[in-house]
Amino acid sequence: MGRRGRLDQVTSAVHEGVGAVDSGRRRRRATAPAALGLLPFGAYVAVFLALPTGIALASGLFTSDGAFTLENLSALADPVILGAFWNSIWLSFLTAAIGAVVGAALSYAMLGFPEDGRARSIVDAASGVLAQFGGVMLAFAFIATIGLQGVVTVFLRDVFGVDIFADGAWIYELPGLVLPYIYFQVPLMVITFLPALAGLKPQWMEATLTLGGTPATFWWKVGIPVLAPSFFASFLLLIANAFSSYATAAALSSQGSSIVPLQIRTALTSETVLGRENVAGVLALGMIVIMAVVMCAYALVQRRAARWQA
Amino acid sequence: MSTRRGIAALAAAASITLLLGACSSGGADASGGDASTDAATATSLADFGSLADLEAAAKAEGQLNVIALPRDWANYGAVLDAFAAKYPEITINEASPDASSAEEIQAAETNKGLDTAPDVFDLGLTVALENTDTFAPYKVENWDSIPDELKEESGLFTGDYGGYMSIGYDSSKFDAPESLEDLLGSDFKGSVAINGDPTQAGAAFAAVGLATVQNGGDLDDFGPGIEFFKELNAAGNMLKLDVTSATVASGETPVVFDWDYLNVAHTADNPDWKVKILPGTGYAGYYNQAVNADAPHPAAARLWQEFLYSDEAQNLWLAGGARPVLADAMEEAGTIDADLFEALPEAPSEVVVPTSDQSAAAGELLGSEWAAAVG
Repeated sequence: MGRRGRLDQVTSAVHEGVGAVDSGRRRRRATAPAALGLLPFGAYVAVFLALPTGIALASGLFTSDGAFTLENLSALADPVILGAFWNSIWLSFLTAAIGAVVGAALSYAMLGFPEDGRARSIVDAASGVLAQFGGVMLAFAFIATIGLQGVVTVFLRDVFGVDIFADGAWIYELPGLVLPYIYFQVPLMVITFLPALAGLKPQWMEATLTLGGTPATFWWKVGIPVLAPSFFASFLLLIANAFSSYATAAALSSQGSSIVPLQIRTALTSETVLGRENVAGVLALGMIVIMAVVMCAYALVQRRAARWQA
Repeated sequence: MSTRRGIAALAAAASITLLLGACSSGGADASGGDASTDAATATSLADFGSLADLEAAAKAEGQLNVIALPRDWANYGAVLDAFAAKYPEITINEASPDASSAEEIQAAETNKGLDTAPDVFDLGLTVALENTDTFAPYKVENWDSIPDELKEESGLFTGDYGGYMSIGYDSSKFDAPESLEDLLGSDFKGSVAINGDPTQAGAAFAAVGLATVQNGGDLDDFGPGIEFFKELNAAGNMLKLDVTSATVASGETPVVFDWDYLNVAHTADNPDWKVKILPGTGYAGYYNQAVNADAPHPAAARLWQEFLYSDEAQNLWLAGGARPVLADAMEEAGTIDADLFEALPEAPSEVVVPTSDQSAAAGELLGSEWAAAVG
C-alpha cells in the first residue's frame, strides 16, 4: 500500500514545513545486516505458517495411501460443498458489511471525544477485548442470553408475550450465526479503522472551507478518497475474519455443517463417513482461492482509490 | 428376563455385523528389539506368565496414555479413577476427552514413535473395522466369556460396552413419546436434538438409523430415517444445538436422541430426565477396545485391557447405564451388580446393528442428503 505512504509523506511534509524532511540525508539502502534482522521473523513465518499451509493444500492432491490424485477436487463440485461455500461467502460479506458500516460510524462518533479522554480509552479497550471475544465463550454467551431458555428470551416471553423463536430455533441455524459474528466484527472495525479516521487532519477541512467548499465537498473530494483504502482494507480483514471463523459456529450449530470450516472438520474427524481426510485439503484450497479473489478485487479498488489521491 | 434377552438380541444382531464385516486378520508388526518387545508382541496373559508379571511390567513403564474417554461417558471417570487407585504407580495421561473415534486413529498416526501416542483405543465399530492394521491383537483373560459376535476373532478389537438408541426427555415438560410420530407434534416445537451431526458422530448416525427402522425402513437404506428428520425440521421441531450436560441441565435441549447410557447419565444434570426406548425395532451399538500396535507403553496398555474386562470395571460401566460385554457371563457367575442390571431400561424386542457395508452406504447417503434435509 505504498501509495498511501506517499500521501502521508506529502501531507506530513507540508505540515512540518516543506523541505524539512529528508533534506541533506541520503536514503540508506537496506544492507545485509538489516536483512539478517528479518531472519527470525522469516523463519517463524516459514515454519508456522507457510509450511503447514503448503502441507494442508498438498494433502488434497493425494489419497490416504499417498498416491497422487485429482479426485478430491471433485468435492468442489459437490452440491453440499458448493452450498457451504455459498453460505460462507454470504455470511462473511454480510457480517463484514454490517460490521464495517456500524464500526465506521462508531469510530466517527469517537472523533468527537478528546483523544486522551476517558470515553476514547474505554471504547478502545472494550474493542480490543470484544474483537477477540469469540469461539465457545461467545457461543455460550449468546446461548445464555438469547438461547431457548436464555435470560432475554424468557424475559421477552414472560413480560411482553413475545416469542422470538415462534418459527423454530433459528439461533442454532445459519441465520443465528449473523448476530454473534457482528458482535466481534464491529469492535474489530473500530480497532483497525479508528486510527485511520483519526489521521484526517482538521486543517484539511479548514482548507476546503477557506477555498469555498462545503463540508459535503470536503467529504466527497478529500475525506472519502483518503479514507477509502483503509476502509476497504478493514472491510477485507473483516471478511477474512468471518470467513475463517470456526469455533463459534461449531459450538452454536451442530447440524448440516453449513459453512466451509465445519465441512473441513467433518472431513477430518468424521467417525461415520470415513476416508475423506484429504478432501479437507481441497476445501482449504477453495477457501484460499476465494480469499485470493477478494484480495485481487481489493487491489483493483486500491488502484482506483489511488487515482483520486494523485 | 428382558434385559438378558436384550443382550442376546444385541449379540445376535452384532454377530451378523462381524460376519459380514470385512476384517483383515493381519497380525501387528513387532516393534524394534528393545526391552518392551515382549510386551509389544504379547497376545495374552500367558505371554507374560501371570497377571502379577504383567502388573510388574506395566508398573516398570509407569505411564498409560488414554484418549477420547469423556469422564461422564458410560461412567468412564470412575473406571479411570479405579485403575489409578489400584495401580498408583502408573500415571494415566488423558488426552482429548471429546475426540471422535477417527481422531483417536489420527492421534496414533501423528504421534507414531513418540511416547505421547495413545496406548489404547475405544472405538465405534465403523472406525475399528477400517483400521485393524493399527491394532495389536490381544485376548484378555476372560476372552472366552465374551460373546463371539462381539469380538474380532484374532483379538484385534473387542466389544467393551454397548447400548440402545433412546430418546431422553424432560418429563416435567413433555409426556413420554410413544412413537416417532409423537415428536412431530406441535408441543415438541424447537425441542428435539440429536447428539451431533450424523455425518460425523456415531451416536447421531445411530439416531438416523433408529428413525429408519422405526419409520418402516431397513438398514440397507437410511432414506426413511433422513425423511423423518426432514419432516421434523420442516415442522420446526428440530433443535440444532450440540448436546452437552450443560444444555440438558439448563433445559436448552429438552429432548435428545442418544445412546441409553448417555441419556441415563443426564439424570444427574436434570432430575426430571427420563429415558425412553421406543417399542418395536431397536438400534444397538457396541464400542470396541483395541491396543495400539505402536503403543509406547505396551504392558500398561494390556494391563488396562485386563482391568476393563474385570468384574470391577464391567460393573462400573453398568453403573453408567451401559451394557458391559461380559454381562451374561457375569450374571451366570453371580458377579454382576443385580440391582443395576435390573435397572437398565427395557430392551426392545427386536434389535438391529448395521453391517460395515450398510454403514458405508448410509454414510454416503447422509453425506449427500443430510445437509439439505435439515438445512
